[in-house]
This record gives sequence, structure tokens and C-alpha cells, in this order.
Amino acid sequence: MPALQGLTIDDITAGFDFLEDWEQRFSYLLDLGKKLPEFPEDARTEDNKVHGCQSQVWLHAKMRTDNNTPTIHFQAVSDAHIVNGLIAILMTLYNDKSPADMLAIDYQAVFNQLDLEQHLSPTRRNGLHAMVQRIRTLAEQHA
Amino acid sequence: MTVAKSQPTHTPALDVERVRGDFPALYQRVHDKPLVYLDNAATSQKPQAVIDTLDDYYRRYNANVHRGLHKLAELATEAYEHARITVARFLNAPDAKQIVFTRGCTEAINLVAASWGGANLKPGDEILVSQMEHHSNIVPWQLIAEKTGAKVVMIPIDERGQINLDTYHALLNDKTRLVAVTAVSNSLGTINPIKKMIELAHAAGAVVLVDAAQAAPHMAVDVTDLDVDFLAFSGHKVFGPTGIGALYGRAELLEAMPPYQGGGEMIEQVTFEKTTFAAAPTRFEAGTPHIAGAIGLAAALNYVTAIGFDKIVTYENELLAYGTEALQAVEGLTLIGTAEHKAAVFSFTLDGIHPYDMSPVLDHEGIAIRTGHHCTQPVMDKFAIPATVRASLSFYNTPAEIDALVSALQKVKSLFS
Ligand SMILES: Cc1ncc(COP(=O)(O)O)c(C=O)c1O
Repeated sequence: MPALQGLTIDDITAGFDFLEDWEQRFSYLLDLGKKLPEFPEDARTEDNKVHGCQSQVWLHAKMRTDNNTPTIHFQAVSDAHIVNGLIAILMTLYNDKSPADMLAIDYQAVFNQLDLEQHLSPTRRNGLHAMVQRIRTLAEQHA
Repeated sequence: MTVAKSQPTHTPALDVERVRGDFPALYQRVHDKPLVYLDNAATSQKPQAVIDTLDDYYRRYNANVHRGLHKLAELATEAYEHARITVARFLNAPDAKQIVFTRGCTEAINLVAASWGGANLKPGDEILVSQMEHHSNIVPWQLIAEKTGAKVVMIPIDERGQINLDTYHALLNDKTRLVAVTAVSNSLGTINPIKKMIELAHAAGAVVLVDAAQAAPHMAVDVTDLDVDFLAFSGHKVFGPTGIGALYGRAELLEAMPPYQGGGEMIEQVTFEKTTFAAAPTRFEAGTPHIAGAIGLAAALNYVTAIGFDKIVTYENELLAYGTEALQAVEGLTLIGTAEHKAAVFSFTLDGIHPYDMSPVLDHEGIAIRTGHHCTQPVMDKFAIPATVRASLSFYNTPAEIDALVSALQKVKSLFS
């Protein structure tokens, strides 16, 4: 599989579609998690912690203003592999977009299409929502 | 308390296939696999006898208790009060008046903390609480300590998850008012030496509350033999309905305690100038109680008593031995909680795999276990882990189900390798 950077959300959706059973999808999700770029150690701060997840999650974001339209680049990591897989999907879905574009994303629709949420426990779903909320808050602050 | 050890060998063995037949919920498939229910410390499944009792109550004699002067009210009141007698017998309490029905173990502890604690604790007093307590036996004490100026002092546990009696003894002093300790730890499985702990507390002039939430489903609990002051348990963990539990209290203590909540039932006489309260236990049961729950709980207690704790203890000890060996053989698995006296609870971690990563795989294999801190965060802190996976067994579990858990763990390992 290519590195995370080269992947689009459509690639991921197609990947999930292609895989028949739960176990294969699960492995695919774990593989996505393994592609996360290295998370800077000094960004593992209390401020960067996303609360509401069962496992620990850190999220760290930067504005990029080198283009005409500023974009947000964020990175996250967890101590749980499954969560890293979810982070990989969120990074593919949200990263390097303008705040307005980020806010326009219907992540629920994407996750529905991936047919993933039904396999996540309600508490894990809450964690996913907490991460999305953090990303959206970032976008709102810069919108 | 009968400690889970050295039972007479002439006890006829528990017929696990037969008892499983009493629990309809065990015969299901989840994710197209046979259900392997190993989350009994969270809650137990219910035998048909309990389900039938609830059904019968709602079909035939549903009525409010202690109020109506009609046939159904009489039947309901009689069954409700008879349930109290059943609980008293289950705990070997001298008198059914010493049994207060509550929503569960949590409410029973809150009741004692608020009522007894509110009336008896002063600034500087100490409440000893063990490091392995469930949050429901920590937080109520912190709340009342905050209000009264008393202090919560921790009884530490060792690397195996046990209380050292000498350490405990050294913590008892003339400021100690109460000791709050669990008979069996929900996250470690440790069976505590509560009889000895109570004796030492009494010698120091302190009263003791025992949390029997995890003991009641697995061993005989005898409040008279223990000489305990307060003891609490939940119905749903001992094969009864949710929303019902009981508090046992020493008669003199209960009689002297102020009401916990106000409302109907708990009064003697109400005027706007002054209200006088009913005697215990009614004083502590404000409002319409969980009538069906109490009756269902009695059915559950009758059910386990009929099986017999001698058989249950022997059988569960076999499961404990089998499971300990089987799990220890899994490479990279660490058991958290390896006390000398243990119930059939297996809390563990797997090297390099976050506990939360294991649960969806186990779930897909039909295995119901719990992942988390099990409402015992101080225990997780002690072992410096975020969470454990916990398999907690009951007498209806089988060695084959332990095998299923082990092979599911092998699958976890292959998926995450
Ligand atoms: C040791 C212990 N104490 C207290 C409780 C609280 O019981 P409940 O939530 O039924 O009130 C539990 C439940 O997990 C427990 O395991």
C-alpha cells in the first residue's frame, strides 16, 4: 500500500468496499494506522490531548499560509492501533483543506459508507466524535 | 465468609450443562458465533426462575406495597416483605429488619456514607478505604469527608493485588472511624481477609462496611460470622434483576441513623411543623420501592442457594485453576491480580496491544468481556496501566469457554502482529 500522503478518501472507501469480511477490513484499518507519520514527541502535551477517548489521543495542528487560501495541517496519534487507523482516515479526509472546506465535510456520511461505525463500540464512537469535534473547533477558530 | 479454598471432597460436583440450561441468554449467537459470556463481574445473566418470577408478579399481583387495603396490595406486600426475609437468610442476618432494599450496592454505600457518616464523622476522623475499591466504595467517602472534615486514608495493596494485614493494622488508630473494604475485588479477583480485618477494626473502635458486590455471587456471605457492621451488595450481579440491592446494617447503628432520603413510606407522621420517621428499615426506603426487583432478587437468591455455594466454590476454583494455566501459556500475556486467594476473575494485558484494541476482535469472536479500568482507577495507577481486559467467570461458564477465549486471543495476536 502507498504511504498515507498519496491516499485519498476515495481510495480508502474503495479499499473497504473491496474487502469482503470484517477481519480483512479490520486488518486494513490497522494497516492505515501504521502509515501515520511520526508524531513529534514534544507535541505530546496535555494541551494537545483529546479528551473523551478511551485510549490516549494527541492532536496537533498547524496553519499553512504559504498559499492564497490558508489551510490546516494536523497530525494525531494514539496508543491504540485501531484509533490510529481511524486517525489515518480522518487525516485523509480533513487534512490540508481550508477551514471552510473542512467544516463542509460530512464525516458521518463517509463513515457510514465505510460501514465502520457499527463495528465500533459506543464508547469508541464517542472517541471518534471527540476527535472530529476537535478538528472542527480548530477549523472554526481559523474560519 | 467461606473462603474459596479447601472444600470437602465429598460434595457432589456441579452439573454445568444442567445449570446452563437454566439461563436462556446463554444460548445465543453473536456475530454468528456462540456467545461466550465472560463479563459476570459487570452483571450476571438471569435464570428462568427469576424471569418467571418477574413475569408472574406483573401478570398476577402488581400493586403498591404497604398502602392499599386490597387483595393485590396484600399479595405484593407479603411477597416484598418475604423477599426481605430471604435476603436476611441469604446473609445469615439475625433479623429481616436489618435489611434495607436499595437500588444496588452503590446506593447502599451512599446511604451509609451520607446517613451514618453525616451523623458520626468529625473533622480529623479517618476513613480507611482500600486501594482496590470500586469507585462506588471510594467516592461516597470522599463526598462525606469533604462535608464533615474527615479524611480518606488509603490501605495500599501489594504487587499481587493483596492487602497486607500488618500494613492495614498499622493504619488503624484512634482517629479511625470506619473501614470500607471489598470482600472480593472486581478488577483483580482478590479475596480479602475481611473477617480478620473486621476484628482488627473493632479492636481499634472502628466500624466496617464490606462491599459484597463481587462476593455474593461466588461464596457464602455470613454477616453474623463476620460480625460486620454494614454490608452491601447488588441484585444484578447475583443473578437477580437490575435496580435492586440490599444493605445489611447492625441493628443499633441502623436505629440511630437519620433518614437518607425523604418521601412517602419512610415516615411515621407528617405535619408541617414536624415529621417523625418510621423505624429501620422503612426509614431508609423512601418512595415506592422496586417491588418486582426485590421479589426477583429473592428468586435469584433461592436459585443460587439451591445449587449451593459448596458446589459453586469447588467448581469455580476449578475454572480459576484451568483459566490461570491456560492464560499464562499465552505468550506476552500478563495477569494483573495474582492473589493467593482469588475468585475466577482474569484481568490481563497483552504485550504491545492496547486493551481497547482487543475488545472488537474478542467481540467478533462472540466473547463478551470487559475492557477498561473497571471503575477502579487507583488499581490501574498502581499497576501503571491504562486498562485491562477482564474475563470474569460464573458457575455457568465452562473450560471450553476459556479455550475459546484463548484462541480468540491468539487471533488478536495474529491480527496485531
Ligand atoms: C466491587 C464492586 N462494588 C460495587 C459495585 C457497584 O455496583 P452497582 O453498580 O450495581 O451499584 C461493583 C460493580 O461493578 C463492584 O464490582
